[in-house]
Amino acid sequence: MTEPVAPPLPGGGEWLRLHPATPLLKGGIALIAVIGFILANVRERLIEAFVGGPDGGDLIEELYLRGHLGWAIAIVLGALLLGVVAFFLSWRMHTYRINDEAVEVRSGILFRTHRQARLDRIQGIAITRPFIARLFGAARLELSVAGQDAKVQLAYLKGSDVDRLRHDILMLASARRAEEGVAQGATAGGAAGSPDAVGPDSLIGRRVTELLAPELDPQEAPPQSVVRISPLRLAGSLLASGATLFVLVVAVVLIVVTATGRELGFLFLFVPAFIGGAGYYVRKVTRSLRFSIAATPDGVRVGYGLLTTSNDTLPPGRIHAIEVYQPLLWRPFDWWAIRINRAGHASSGSGSQPATTMLPVGTRGDVDKVLGLLLPGLASADTRHLILAGMVSSGQTPGFAVDFVAAPRRARWLRPFSWRRTGYALAGDTVLLRKGLVWRQLVAVPAARIQSLHLDQGPLARALDLCTLTLDTVAGPVSASLSVLDRAGSLTAFDAISRAATAAGALEDGSHRVALPTRHQPPRPENER
Amino acid sequence: MSDHSNDAVPLDPARVRSKRVEVGGDWRRVSRKYIGVELVGVALFGLVAIGATLVFSLTRWFAQPFGWILVGAAVVTTLVMFAVAPRRVRSIGYQLRDDDLLFRRGIMFHRVVSVPYGRMQLIDINRGPVARFLGLAELRFVTAAAATGVTIPGLVDSDADALRDTLVSLAETRRAGL
Repeated sequence: MTEPVAPPLPGGGEWLRLHPATPLLKGGIALIAVIGFILANVRERLIEAFVGGPDGGDLIEELYLRGHLGWAIAIVLGALLLGVVAFFLSWRMHTYRINDEAVEVRSGILFRTHRQARLDRIQGIAITRPFIARLFGAARLELSVAGQDAKVQLAYLKGSDVDRLRHDILMLASARRAEEGVAQGATAGGAAGSPDAVGPDSLIGRRVTELLAPELDPQEAPPQSVVRISPLRLAGSLLASGATLFVLVVAVVLIVVTATGRELGFLFLFVPAFIGGAGYYVRKVTRSLRFSIAATPDGVRVGYGLLTTSNDTLPPGRIHAIEVYQPLLWRPFDWWAIRINRAGHASSGSGSQPATTMLPVGTRGDVDKVLGLLLPGLASADTRHLILAGMVSSGQTPGFAVDFVAAPRRARWLRPFSWRRTGYALAGDTVLLRKGLVWRQLVAVPAARIQSLHLDQGPLARALDLCTLTLDTVAGPVSASLSVLDRAGSLTAFDAISRAATAAGALEDGSHRVALPTRHQPPRPENER
Repeated sequence: MSDHSNDAVPLDPARVRSKRVEVGGDWRRVSRKYIGVELVGVALFGLVAIGATLVFSLTRWFAQPFGWILVGAAVVTTLVMFAVAPRRVRSIGYQLRDDDLLFRRGIMFHRVVSVPYGRMQLIDINRGPVARFLGLAELRFVTAAAATGVTIPGLVDSDADALRDTLVSLAETRRAGL
């Protein structure tokens, strides 16, 4: 931070076009299929038109007999030509621009859209390479900002450029510059080096190299920070999931019913459920195959996918809540999973589900590493015991200054098993919540990301002098709520956490959202999120 | 913000000793006129509930004693809600602390919410038909979390506007990014 050097803007801040194959990838393939289909059907007729001797009785035959074939072909071809022209025009009109304040996209032919996303509001950048696009060497880049359907999609870009573009955008967005000047040169050389190393001669050779290249460029992240998952463990984790248990129960029931010789017609009712279940497994597998999570200079990078590869980069400070959890069946193997709440709904791959899984399945060591990436402040030696205690133990762990404040003994009337594990701790700027004896959970919420907190008390809890503490964060799979806490203790915690939330929020304001501190930015409250 | 109903509630030692979740301080209450809005709401609920159960029992949709039990339950529920409405309104309170807005409501299911000012995304002011007739407004404090749910009903119109402006200016000085 000695001297603010603005990085060079991609494309020099001019309007840029997308990958030329974009129309094809976005639906043009269907168009080509239609053209092919019609040509295949018409070809014989065309030949026969010159050779003679018609036979058969289909639509084209009729048209031919009535002498309208020429018109029909003309209309179809005209429509196709119109489609091609429309696709081409939409490509011509679809431009994007990146300057040091925002990313802008203009698109549409008749209805023009101009979308602008401020760089300091970016919640994450996702890069997806669908399989067909990979064949063309293209990739899709998505910038997500907070809000419903608030994302800027650049589809499709040249695959070799897209990583550098992401890097540039994030570098523009963050305030780190001095050391980045050096790092950027290195990364640019690395990214450009691998495809070009094959030689500029063969296009096919380059595609093959890109297809076979590892999902995560080894030069992008220090290898010791990378966490991967072996396919065997992934398969094991799926087999030991609750869904498998459910399938087994259903199978046993079906077998028993069959053995008793009942009518089996009702089995067809299960077909949709079966398809849904199979889809669940396929989605789980494709989202977790070749999974890797690593610390890059731009933020935490999560990548996954076998044929369609996706990766998602979260700039620091964009994680709103973290949950480390262990389904019951994983306990013998000591496997854990991590998921997060985040504000940006970056759809990666199929569907519009935000990528919230940070670790599909991993050992305790993996959890430690991933937590270190997600919350660097938390993984210090002082708080490591807290994480371990939050994951496996219950009650107090003596010998440390900071510890979980456990629920009182009278909570056993409401939580006969898990009351010992129910507890909270305030470690630095992070609130840790521990709960669940059968389904163990540890929730960590950075104080700066707490939106509000509340205490609830129903009549039962009042009779026992207990209450429920909830930390509200943005919507997501993690809910940070603890019931059956001691009333007096949680009142103190309520005050402490709300003070910590205010202080952390004030401290952090401006630390990660300033684009260029040298320039004065006028406040724009209507844009602030 | 000058309203006779916004008087300070002194800390009652008996309540502090009780098992209720109570946060001390200078709680401001909502206008007493808001009881009227609540009563209208309860009356509508009672009308629908008693009417529906009556229709079902008169048309013998339900088995005979059971239908009349339901009608009785609807009547009792409505009466209890009428009786409790003033206390429920009195339980609603808010206070502007240095760095956060505190909000509480509920008797049986009590809730205390703390929202740091900097987390404000927007503030809504709504007026329902009955509330508008009584000159009342409802202020909603929206954060990025859907679960925050801070809705202060029964503010006098001018109070609601003043409170909104205060909150917006407080949020501006303590702004935090998402």
